[in-house]
Amino acid sequence: MKYIDEYRNPRLARTLLEAIRRRVSRPWTIMEICGGQTHSIIRNGIDQLLPDTIELVHGPGCPVCVTPLESIERALLLASKKEVIFTSFGDMLRVPGSSRDLFMVRSEGGDVRVVFSPLDALQIARDNPSREVVFFAVGFETTAPANAMAVHQAAREGIGNFSILVSQVMVPPAMRAILRMPANRVQGFLAAGHVCAVMGYEQYLPLSAEFHVPIVPTGFEPVDLLAGILKTVELLEDSQPEVVNSYGRVVSREGNLAARGTIDKVFEVVDRQWRGVGLIPESGLGLRSEYAGFDAEKRFHLSHMSTEESPLCMSGSILQGVMKPDGCPAFGAECTPQHPLGATMVSSEGACAAYYNYHRNL
Amino acid sequence: MNILSACPAPLMQHETVQMAHGAGGRLSQELMQRVFMPHIQNAFLDILDDQAKLDLPPGKIAFTTDTYVVSPVFFPGGNIGELAINGTVNDLSVGGATPLYISTGFVLEEGLPLTELEAIVRSMAAAARRAGVMIVTGDTKVVGRGQCDRIFINTSGIGLIRNNTALSCRNLQLGDAVILSGTVGDHGMAIMTSREGLSFHSRITSDSAPLNAMIAAILDEVPSIHAMRDPTRGGVAATLNELASSSSVGIEIDEAAIPVKDDVRGAAELLGIDPLHVANEGKLVLVVAAHDAVKVLAVMRSSEQGRDAALIGRIVEEHPCMVVMQTALGSRRIIDLPPGEQLPRIC
Repeated sequence: MKYIDEYRNPRLARTLLEAIRRRVSRPWTIMEICGGQTHSIIRNGIDQLLPDTIELVHGPGCPVCVTPLESIERALLLASKKEVIFTSFGDMLRVPGSSRDLFMVRSEGGDVRVVFSPLDALQIARDNPSREVVFFAVGFETTAPANAMAVHQAAREGIGNFSILVSQVMVPPAMRAILRMPANRVQGFLAAGHVCAVMGYEQYLPLSAEFHVPIVPTGFEPVDLLAGILKTVELLEDSQPEVVNSYGRVVSREGNLAARGTIDKVFEVVDRQWRGVGLIPESGLGLRSEYAGFDAEKRFHLSHMSTEESPLCMSGSILQGVMKPDGCPAFGAECTPQHPLGATMVSSEGACAAYYNYHRNL
Repeated sequence: MNILSACPAPLMQHETVQMAHGAGGRLSQELMQRVFMPHIQNAFLDILDDQAKLDLPPGKIAFTTDTYVVSPVFFPGGNIGELAINGTVNDLSVGGATPLYISTGFVLEEGLPLTELEAIVRSMAAAARRAGVMIVTGDTKVVGRGQCDRIFINTSGIGLIRNNTALSCRNLQLGDAVILSGTVGDHGMAIMTSREGLSFHSRITSDSAPLNAMIAAILDEVPSIHAMRDPTRGGVAATLNELASSSSVGIEIDEAAIPVKDDVRGAAELLGIDPLHVANEGKLVLVVAAHDAVKVLAVMRSSEQGRDAALIGRIVEEHPCMVVMQTALGSRRIIDLPPGEQLPRIC
């Protein structure tokens, strides 16, 4: 298949693996930021094929995993309200709150609908003027433009029964937080290709310069990932802590200016809680005051929610690259996809789910 | 006696299903005479008794039932009616049975257009003719608007098991070959990409089809097939896991050998779903002694439903009860049961 097969070509992958083997002279620890990259690495067994001297650790780039428990509880509360049609991307439905998930709310009578785009949620609002339609606006910079567009469109059309529950986060502040941790072991980053497609790679230049760390925007196919790893290894071996774009067919320096403009028009930078990690300053997006009427938290007067994480769950350490999923004592025992202790085991992009689904006992 | 010629029906007064269509009165009769009987009448149904009196040849009987609640009801490549017939035909066939008779139970939502119901019944009749089975009894109920999703259909089927077969999921032997009759994920992906709300359109069509003719040809040639399953819900991944668990053996499959249509692969990529977890409605997973694999493949490939058949793996001693894939890159990974409902990812 054009544009996929080329990047899954086993011969090309073997050539890149050889080049990595030839280039590595000592151990390096590299973090892939995005959960999609983690899944591709584990699913294709790239970690098995790399030389032992390269350790891949998995980053916080899973929007489902990092959505704070308090936001999940708010979603559950809103979805339970009779007047509300609660809309969400599919993979949020299975994420456990303190005691239940959106599937359970739906089975109890909540009107919970899976949508493929926030604009579909807006259409549901147009079609149901007597109901309140809430969209769960979760995600990184990749989902922000469409979420912003839905709000902008609702404002322009004067749609009064639409709002979004915002849990929008950004990648560079999370990378900064990881690099500042005393326990940090990360020496180089594979940046998330689709985030860079929206935001460009220029946002990583200050980070790379400040922490002397190579950052390589990378795609998701095996050949993309191996090319990104090779470039990172080359930069590490040559002591060149720079930002080098390895995903040129998708990513540019400035990114998608129209999408960035839409984000800036609707959202502003705010502090944000990350599940398992804690508060990261200036790491999120919130609605600007002129769009406050579309903020579900304000519309429904949602105050502080009490939440309770499992004390056994190590997802915070896993999301920060300090621990690997199979190093967690609860992995595969108390914590499985059927009985997850945390979101990293249940999300389709979670590192624990990737290890459990593709590698356990192998 | 043909009821249509004996009792001319009144003109249809309604364009949609009414509660009274299920109440057993005049409208129920009208529905039967005008929508169902013209398409599926036969010697058993025409009698209009409460049961079909069947002549069954001596031997072991296979009996199965399944209920169809697919949404949307009409999808690229088929509709719920033919799906209900093909599904039951296939459930009988993979047990080594020749399908003979089928019952149908309809739950209709008030307001369902009668033209849609008739189209569904017509395609059920066509599917039954194609598979060589008879619809011999049936039932219709109507529920209020919102109490079901347009139409639910239950079909049960009876078939006669061939004398010289002993198919079972517990029969898998070390070294056996695992064969797949064609491309994976076509039906489930056709359904997913035709649902409202998806922002892209595809040309993926369902693979809904009866497998009984192909299976009969295979069993004529190689009666000693060890196991057969149709990988419907849960896809090929679920079927292989069930087979591995039932026989307490490991299954090793080769990623490069698994046929997947380009458009199915593309849609699966977009939605973040593994095609091996996606439902099929016209595919067969078969396990046979390795020395018979070439013969089975040749029979499959000579039939319409099996022209893309492939040898995808083998039964191994290692990792009992688990399915492991050799990836195209040369690494290995587990193929697990799907976690539940297939959910499109965020990004």
